[in-house]
Amino acid sequence: MAKDDTHAYRLIGTRPNRPDGLDKVTGRARYGADMALPGMLHAAVLRSPHAHARITRIDTSRAEALAGVKAVITRADLATGQSGEDWNLTENTLAGEVALYDGHAVAAVAATSKFIAQDALALIDVEYEVLPHLIDVDDAIRPDAIALRPGSADASVPDGSPANVVKQIEFGHGDLDAGFAAADLVREGRYLTEATHQGYIEPHACVAQLGADGKGEMWVCTQGQWYIRKMCAAVLGLEAAQLRVTPSEIGGGFGGKTTIFAEPLALALSRKAGGRPVKLVMSRSEVLRATGPTASASMDVKIGMKRDGTITAALCDFRMQGGAFPGAPVDMALFCALAPYKLDAVKCIGQDVLANRPKAAAYRAPGAPMGAFAVESLIDEMAQELGLDPLEVRLKNAVREGDKSSYGPTFGSIGLVEVLEAVKAHPNLSAPLGPNQGRGIASGYWFNHGGETSVTVAVSEDGGATVSVGTPDIGGSRASIALMVAETFGIGYDDVRVNVVETGALGVNEPTHGSRATFASGKAAVISAKAAISEMCRRAAADWGIEPEAVEWIDGAAVPAGPNAGQFPPLTMAEIAAKMGETGGPISGHHEVTAEGVGASFGAHVVDVEVDSETGKVTILRYLVVQDAGTAIHPAYVEGQYQGGAVQGIGWALNEEYVYGRDGRLQNTVFLDYRIPVASDLPMIDTVIVEVPNPGHPYGVRGVGETGITPPLPAIANAVAAATGVRLRHLPMSPPKVLAALKARG
Amino acid sequence: MRYHKPDSFVEASRIASAAGRYRFLAGGTDVLVQMRAGISTPEDMIDLKGIPGVGDIARTPEGGWRIGVAVPGAVLGRHASLKADWPGVVEGMNLVGSTQVQGRATLAGNLCNGSPAADSVPGLIAACARVEVTGSTGTREILVEDVPAGPGRTTLAPGEVVSAILLPPRGAGGGDAYLRFIPRTEMDIAVVGCAVSLRFADGVITEARVALGAVAPTVLLVPEAAAALIGTQGDGVALAALSAAAMGAARPISDRRGTAEFRKEIAGVLARRAATIALARARGEPA
Ligand SMILES: Cc1cc2nc3c(=O)[nH]c(=O)nc-3n(C[C@H](O)[C@H](O)[C@H](O)COP(=O)(O)OP(=O)(O)OC[C@H]3O[C@@H](n4cnc5c(N)ncnc54)[C@H](O)[C@@H]3O)c2cc1C
Repeated sequence: MAKDDTHAYRLIGTRPNRPDGLDKVTGRARYGADMALPGMLHAAVLRSPHAHARITRIDTSRAEALAGVKAVITRADLATGQSGEDWNLTENTLAGEVALYDGHAVAAVAATSKFIAQDALALIDVEYEVLPHLIDVDDAIRPDAIALRPGSADASVPDGSPANVVKQIEFGHGDLDAGFAAADLVREGRYLTEATHQGYIEPHACVAQLGADGKGEMWVCTQGQWYIRKMCAAVLGLEAAQLRVTPSEIGGGFGGKTTIFAEPLALALSRKAGGRPVKLVMSRSEVLRATGPTASASMDVKIGMKRDGTITAALCDFRMQGGAFPGAPVDMALFCALAPYKLDAVKCIGQDVLANRPKAAAYRAPGAPMGAFAVESLIDEMAQELGLDPLEVRLKNAVREGDKSSYGPTFGSIGLVEVLEAVKAHPNLSAPLGPNQGRGIASGYWFNHGGETSVTVAVSEDGGATVSVGTPDIGGSRASIALMVAETFGIGYDDVRVNVVETGALGVNEPTHGSRATFASGKAAVISAKAAISEMCRRAAADWGIEPEAVEWIDGAAVPAGPNAGQFPPLTMAEIAAKMGETGGPISGHHEVTAEGVGASFGAHVVDVEVDSETGKVTILRYLVVQDAGTAIHPAYVEGQYQGGAVQGIGWALNEEYVYGRDGRLQNTVFLDYRIPVASDLPMIDTVIVEVPNPGHPYGVRGVGETGITPPLPAIANAVAAATGVRLRHLPMSPPKVLAALKARG
Repeated sequence: MRYHKPDSFVEASRIASAAGRYRFLAGGTDVLVQMRAGISTPEDMIDLKGIPGVGDIARTPEGGWRIGVAVPGAVLGRHASLKADWPGVVEGMNLVGSTQVQGRATLAGNLCNGSPAADSVPGLIAACARVEVTGSTGTREILVEDVPAGPGRTTLAPGEVVSAILLPPRGAGGGDAYLRFIPRTEMDIAVVGCAVSLRFADGVITEARVALGAVAPTVLLVPEAAAALIGTQGDGVALAALSAAAMGAARPISDRRGTAEFRKEIAGVLARRAATIALARARGEPA
């Protein structure tokens, strides 16, 4: 299946146990909440019960008087005078004059026990003047809507736009009118998705310590220790260099742990409590009310198609609310929505809209699943109307290397056609379907990301290697990086240990986001290992008394390069390492870069569903993920990412949603009512790894974490339409909605 | 909080009568979770698991069953003869939670927690089960449908404790079934639940009881729905009438778990499906 089969790797492509596996299955792994320090205090957070309310008074004196309470903080304890995103982060950390959503933090307490801290919350007197609120994105841009945060729109928003639009994006190419005129069929539709949460199992947790001297330390569950450092420094008015942030093991993040929620509160409490360490662990309800979700979306799509399936033009007009702050991923949604299609005429318009909801955080391929839902649903509908095979329509319009993408750049090496061909060849496509069953297919895309990266590979005294990376391991990146480093050195997988290190140990790293850890940290680790190899060759050359250029590195040892170099027995890595103190000192390689050469990843999913026509319940019968990995370094973890993306998408498509009451309060703040799929809801998710190597990575890696969540929403909607004849354009396709649609069909 | 572990129900009731805010503790899968969430803050916790006999399942002299108040769902599910008599009761209890929860959760706790969505309660009501209640003045027996008083409330007097669950003799030609609707496959709370128990003799349904969960403040016994079955062969016409009666009796609310309209609709669907299974069981056919 791979374009390039010339590589025969020793380790890459094998499936060894993950280095963190034993710790995790025995409970030894240390997560955010597992840290305890002498003299540690426990924190609790007071949150707004209102969706939108002016805070007219806060009196903390009764709470401060409670025995065991060591600090109470309000907005007055944070820095002032920031602008831009720093200001938004500060506003979100603790409400200032106005609480902007149900769950918005208003004050926090540190006490000698969690119980005392919680009791103290009831003693904080807050007076609110309740204000009208906005929840729905389309309501928030109605002409009569109240302006939630006047002045927060940026220069991209044209004059006269609705009050809560804070960013606008517009791009495209070609002659749209001519494109639609050339079509045999033009269709349009409005598609709606609800906000969903990343749903990581581990709630946010940290232990923080900050002295009056502005020096602090933190142990925290995060995807990015440097991001935490920078953001906390901004919110608290600290010098970033004085803050040392150590990441714990991480029980899931999916983008939601690339920003701050609990962390600056714990630091501010510690500072106010005379530097005693403070532990803050959020509850699930706090996680759902006040962290991460993704945006909700309202999306209009118009597409023109010729009778043979050729797409002649496409127009997308999307609106997303990402809470009471700018940052809904409407741009990403538009960039990805049409990316699988070669288009001569395309136009995309997007608006980022404020509403009284928590500040949206990144969620796995931010925005892309929504955009795919809109576009892939409409394409499916049109293929059906024209009597065309939806897979053939996708193949006919598929982008290839050298095509101009719908969002501007020209594609380098990509594997969409290979993916679609692999789908075509898969047995799931010919599995027989029974009554009330249907099959859906959809494509999806994610750019992937390089980003700021700094890695060190150090040769150990016995000839192994220690790799220091700055990207927390969420999906098996330590195993993949160990495989690549071992492959490069020519040593065993077990001879390499990869550590995720604290902010003091490396240059700045971006978080594990954008599917970048195995790509960017992996690439920097391979380059670092090569630097260490060069140094080992120099040491061997010195030992042999020949030129360094006359030494090569083969199978874990320095050898003379050809007969002219001389006759010397190989010097193994272990032999060189054993003497490195005498031959010039420690040997390591280091590489830091804003990583380039990123390889985009396309995928396609095929799902079979059965719909209970009397209850509207959708059961997933069969599910296939096909995706281009570039090179699968550790295929089991690639498959795990594919399956995980599909499962999160299934939850989003069928049952997950933020449910608000008329009062603007979130109604489903526990996992009982925020319905992520349980294991018994799912069939085994079948996977096919397509490998079209990325020329921008030494081993061809593309990054696989995000693309997998982009096709499920439309794939399932298309399957439901095939099973029932009813098209659902509003997610989730929960039983009440499906049943209502079936009844409307008659 | 004071923890008590009495060795008789009389003693348990005495401690409760003298206490202010108290809770009995059976499996704890409701009460401990509620305490953690700050919903329940008892001053006295009275553990019933030290009382002799609370873990027993015994045949009564009349041929019914006496089930101890600490018998967990997992044990009920493995009791072959109880299951043969009352498969609907047992399947209702076995739907509660997960494997871990099944190791602790009890019928008595499910009933006394007072949830209108409690999964074992419709089956018990359809089965015409009773509970034995011990209080300061001795013991009494009441029908299960008379225990719930509304969400989180029961009709038990202060200090009263359920000391056993009593199922009547099954008799010939009996069959029961419980179904619930949830959007997922497990670890969810019933959007609607329905139990049907019936007797089939000489080609007709001679007795029936139908109970609906999660469509009113308490689990409902629906005599109109039962009437739609009695005297029929359980054919399509009878099942349609049963559905209509169940939908008519349901008076649900709209909430985050489902709309009122949807719940009414589902009540009708589940009643028909549960009756079909109960009838097959009564006739000794595979359900
Ligand atoms: C993860 C999870 C999933 C769940 N899933 C379900 C589900 O699917 N369906 C469902 O119906 N429930 C579910 N539950 C709720 C719970 O498990 C059940 O209601 C269970 O049957 C309660 O039994 P228990 O023995 O644990 O009760 P406990 O928690 O011990 O007691 C419950 C209440 O009854 C009172 N009580 C207990 N015994 C007596 C007695 N003998 N006399 C008087 N009062 C008494 C207690 O004081 C308390 O108020 C779930 C709970 C959890 C944690």
